[in-house]
Amino acid sequence: MSASEKYVAAAYLVLFVALLVWVVIIAAKLARLERDVDELAELARRRVERQSESEEREEVSV
Amino acid sequence: MLARLRHIPLVAFAAGAALLFGTALALIFFYAPIDADQGLSQKIFYIHVPIALTAYACFGWGAWKAFQHLRTRAPGADLESYAAIHQGVIFGALTLLTGSIWARISWGRWWTWSSNQLVTFLILFLFYSAYFMLRYSVEPGPARANMSAVYALFGVVLIPISWLSIRIANDYIHPTVFTTHGPQMSGSMFFAFCVSWAGLLALAATMYRIELAGKRLDARLRELRELLA
Repeated sequence: MSASEKYVAAAYLVLFVALLVWVVIIAAKLARLERDVDELAELARRRVERQSESEEREEVSV
Repeated sequence: MLARLRHIPLVAFAAGAALLFGTALALIFFYAPIDADQGLSQKIFYIHVPIALTAYACFGWGAWKAFQHLRTRAPGADLESYAAIHQGVIFGALTLLTGSIWARISWGRWWTWSSNQLVTFLILFLFYSAYFMLRYSVEPGPARANMSAVYALFGVVLIPISWLSIRIANDYIHPTVFTTHGPQMSGSMFFAFCVSWAGLLALAATMYRIELAGKRLDARLRELRELLA
């Protein structure tokens, strides 16, 4: 491999590696967003459960 | 016309970027002739220059969105400006890296302070890199959005300075390919260059939209968390 070929390969590799790094960062962000959505879904589920429990209690007290 | 681009699905953008860039690689290595003067190392030109032009486009787009934010307080313009500048910094870093590699094989050194084009591009890059320090040193809110927008607008002045510096100051080190007489290259080289630039612009647009979608989703989740708490 000549010196020119090495440098050309390095220049194109830089772009490829940068793209890969960006994909890894986006994948990590996506995973965090997924965890956040799961957490919020759990919070919403608990809230609905609490609401239905309090409605049942109100019915009994009447 | 640019507003219409927003309605193109993200998948179409990504597919377009992959198709254009794949075609560009084929054209660069199998269609465009080897430069008689520089030899094979000239092939770096087909990514280095389009990456630099894409960085300029991203900074310009970020400044335009900042202007929209200041003029009309358009919702989301601040976030769009931020995402565009972030893409600009990524492409700016790539410009410096690919440029250094090309400089090493062409001039025998990684960097030279005597080239106005290089120094003005470095200033532009550092200026927009500092944008993030400013942005994250202020609490989120209208004050942060306004300060960031003003800063982004100031930086756009550096783009024509960087572009014109080699023409104004007789920079003999950095080659001038695009002159008032048109591109100084063969038709096949110019075609490969244009396809490569289109591919990189499509790639930048795809990355911009993905980042923006992520940021918007993040903001909505934060809102939802506050409502549910």
